[in-house]
Amino acid sequence: MDLFLIAQIAGRGVAIDTTQVGSVVDIAEIVAVPRTEAGVRGLVALRSRVVTVIDTGTALGLDPTPDSVRRAVITRIDGHDYAILVDALEDVALYERQPLSSGLALDHGWGRVGIGLIERDGEPLLVVDLAALVPQYALAA
Amino acid sequence: MDDLLQEFIAETRETLESLSGEIVAWEADPADRARLDAIFRFVHTVKGSCGFLDLPRLARLSHAAEDVLAAVRDGKRVPDTALVNAVLGIVDRIGELVEAIDSGAALDDSSEDLLIAALDEDAQPVAPAQAANVHRANSRSVRLNVDLLDRMMSGMSEMVLARNELARRLRDETVDPLVEAALERLSLTVAEMRDTVTRTRMQKIDALFSALPRMVRDTAGELGKQVVLGIDGADVELDREMIELMRDPLVHIIRNAVDHGIESPADRKAAGKREAGRLAVLARQSGNQILIEIADDGRGIDVDRLVEKAKAQKLFTPAQLAAMDAAAKLDLIFHPGLSSRDTVTAISGRGVGMDVVRSNIEHIGGRVHLASQPGKGLTIVIYVPLTLSIMSTIVVGVGDQRFAIARQSVDEILRVRGEAVRIDTVGDAEVATVRGRRLPLVSLARLLGIVESESEGGGGGQTLAIVSTRDGDYALAIDRVIDTEELVVKPAAPVVMATGVYAGQTLPDSGLPMLLLDGSGIAAMAGLRFQRALAAEDEGAAEERVAAVPALLFEDLDGQRRVMPLAAIDRVEPVSTDAIRMTAGQLRLAIGGALVPLHTVAPIGERLEVPVLRLTDGVSDIAYAIHEPIEIVHLPTEIAPARGSGPIAGVAMIGGEQVELLDVHALFAGEIAPRPPERLCWLQTDGSGWMETFLRPMLDASGYRCVTQAPRDGPADVVLVMDDAPVAPQAARNVVRLRREVAAPSAQATSIYRYDRAALLDALAHAVGGR
Repeated sequence: MDLFLIAQIAGRGVAIDTTQVGSVVDIAEIVAVPRTEAGVRGLVALRSRVVTVIDTGTALGLDPTPDSVRRAVITRIDGHDYAILVDALEDVALYERQPLSSGLALDHGWGRVGIGLIERDGEPLLVVDLAALVPQYALAA
Repeated sequence: MDDLLQEFIAETRETLESLSGEIVAWEADPADRARLDAIFRFVHTVKGSCGFLDLPRLARLSHAAEDVLAAVRDGKRVPDTALVNAVLGIVDRIGELVEAIDSGAALDDSSEDLLIAALDEDAQPVAPAQAANVHRANSRSVRLNVDLLDRMMSGMSEMVLARNELARRLRDETVDPLVEAALERLSLTVAEMRDTVTRTRMQKIDALFSALPRMVRDTAGELGKQVVLGIDGADVELDREMIELMRDPLVHIIRNAVDHGIESPADRKAAGKREAGRLAVLARQSGNQILIEIADDGRGIDVDRLVEKAKAQKLFTPAQLAAMDAAAKLDLIFHPGLSSRDTVTAISGRGVGMDVVRSNIEHIGGRVHLASQPGKGLTIVIYVPLTLSIMSTIVVGVGDQRFAIARQSVDEILRVRGEAVRIDTVGDAEVATVRGRRLPLVSLARLLGIVESESEGGGGGQTLAIVSTRDGDYALAIDRVIDTEELVVKPAAPVVMATGVYAGQTLPDSGLPMLLLDGSGIAAMAGLRFQRALAAEDEGAAEERVAAVPALLFEDLDGQRRVMPLAAIDRVEPVSTDAIRMTAGQLRLAIGGALVPLHTVAPIGERLEVPVLRLTDGVSDIAYAIHEPIEIVHLPTEIAPARGSGPIAGVAMIGGEQVELLDVHALFAGEIAPRPPERLCWLQTDGSGWMETFLRPMLDASGYRCVTQAPRDGPADVVLVMDDAPVAPQAARNVVRLRREVAAPSAQATSIYRYDRAALLDALAHAVGGR
């Protein structure tokens, strides 16, 4: 049993392994970064740190996450902090991690970020790897 | 050296602590290779440090243990209990000795032979010696993890931001003055803390310099040369990380100087130099930069040979080489594959060339400058920022975005107005012509795809920043310059760095993140291709480079800032004021057994030492006393001519300030009238104090040197006496007599009323003029 954070990304429920989650915040004003990947929304100050904000929708190859979305999950990858925009957060609870069902065809970026399943009240939720959402790492993967 | 010893002690102590677990584990399982390696590394490190620090006892012990452990590693010996015990005995002993060194206690060495003997294959097991109870000295310094310091730094930044936010909130409403006072106090404390925390990262550059004497001695010894090393400015403080990064380039430059620069004693003698070469290493802080100067009096760089080699290796075409000015030719030394000597020696020919030195220094935001005088020596000046973590930046605005640019990479900032700047379109590229110099133009807004702000009146791009990169300069069009700020810059996320136009990210006081632009990256992204040979086609640019004469900016004795072309200066050195005398109508400096005429613009004043510029035209030498050197600058092309004659050739604009350029020619031509000889005036006081308090300041100001006792070193030029006081005739050449009454009594027809200022000065002038 692992601890998962249940969130809404692009209108769908997903599960995030809490070992990847540094904190959950509402972010302030975003400063754009010209010339970078579309999946990068910009930079934001989180106390004294500068955090790179990831537009989750674009990173998944779906519609861009609306500007009104301010809630984000902070994760640290290779010494850099990223804020992954999420539509909503629902719950933190213990679930049994299951492998992806065979034959499950995930479209768009889902296939790249999905690393497993959990079952919540009988409903299967995709376990999302936050690192795979960051463009640089997504390319390498 | 003490610092090194302290460091060695702390390090050994620390390793011993972490090693104690390994030792126990090795004892339990002598076949464990990982443990063996750890212990081997330890004795090996101790051995290495000991040789350097001159600790023969420790060296002997660690050497013996290392030999045995090496045999075990090679499978020549089996690590049985006796061997393990013997090695452990030595490790313990090393620990005891280190503690003894630290506390300054003596430790007898009777048992050490036994310990070493116990390592032998057929040795009898010895009873483990009782660890001597050595008192551990209380040290006032601790070793800290850099991570901890970094966390402290970021905590500090957080505190500053929190304070800023608090101040912002309080500004919006009327606040109790008491609250304001409390905030004020908080601000002060925060600022002070910030300083202190920054200082925890600082270390004296001595840490870098203290190893040099030994290195120079050893290197010179190997080469059969004699080198006298002078070190100055070891007190200057620098970021610890910076010191580490500077270590290799500095070692390389010093080795080069000893190996390639300084000639063999025989060659030096033949060239009329002293047999022992001189190497001077100097560190100085100048603003937010540290200047490290390495000067030798060797043969300098043979530029002609460099050019020959570049030609031979087909690195440049002959036309390109012909078009290069002296500085560009000298810069060839930084080209990979070019070293000015044909033979590679064991000392400096290790494949690490000056190109690596330069790129290492540039990597940490520094610059290298060379000044070579063939046959006379080479001076290398390294400019590095004070700290890696805080950078001086210019904040610029494009559209509604702000970016920072490292101040070092910006030569100047100008508005596109008037005659000075013109922008033309050549093909599909834009070119800015700044004072006759053509530069490629890059629009930051267009490069970054930012909508230019309309509020500035007719689009953006109204301001140009001249950005200098290693390859060439270009003009960067921006909307406006907002501010200059000292910023803590950190690397941005890889996905951001991958764009190639940013050098990092930062959080300024505004609380909004900001990106630091990478000057070279922007040039690359904009597709600018610089070639050194560009100078050949572009006459204007070539002229510009020729005109960029390096010069020394200094503060003169009269407080004025002046510059002197670097080529005229042989060296700058502090001399004792005792060595300066007024002899035979001219100030002269006695130095190195010779007399050198010394020029000054103002009296040297009361000081023990004064820096002098030693000038030479190859034949004669003169010296010029100054208050203090400031930095090396490049002279601008335009120099306003001076009015009238004198030692000033003109006025140049340097760093936005008017600076007088000294006329070296005039100095050598002796055009400068030597300062009027000092006139010695003896005030024969009458006890009323009138002469000292009323008269003396006026005379001092008029250039007389006043004494109140009969001068011992010869007669005074003039003596001033009151009324009919007697005068010893041989004590002064002339006498000026003053009187208290306005009307002259008949007996003192030649006396002067003491408040008749004009008559008094006239009389004095006549009196000394008759000398």
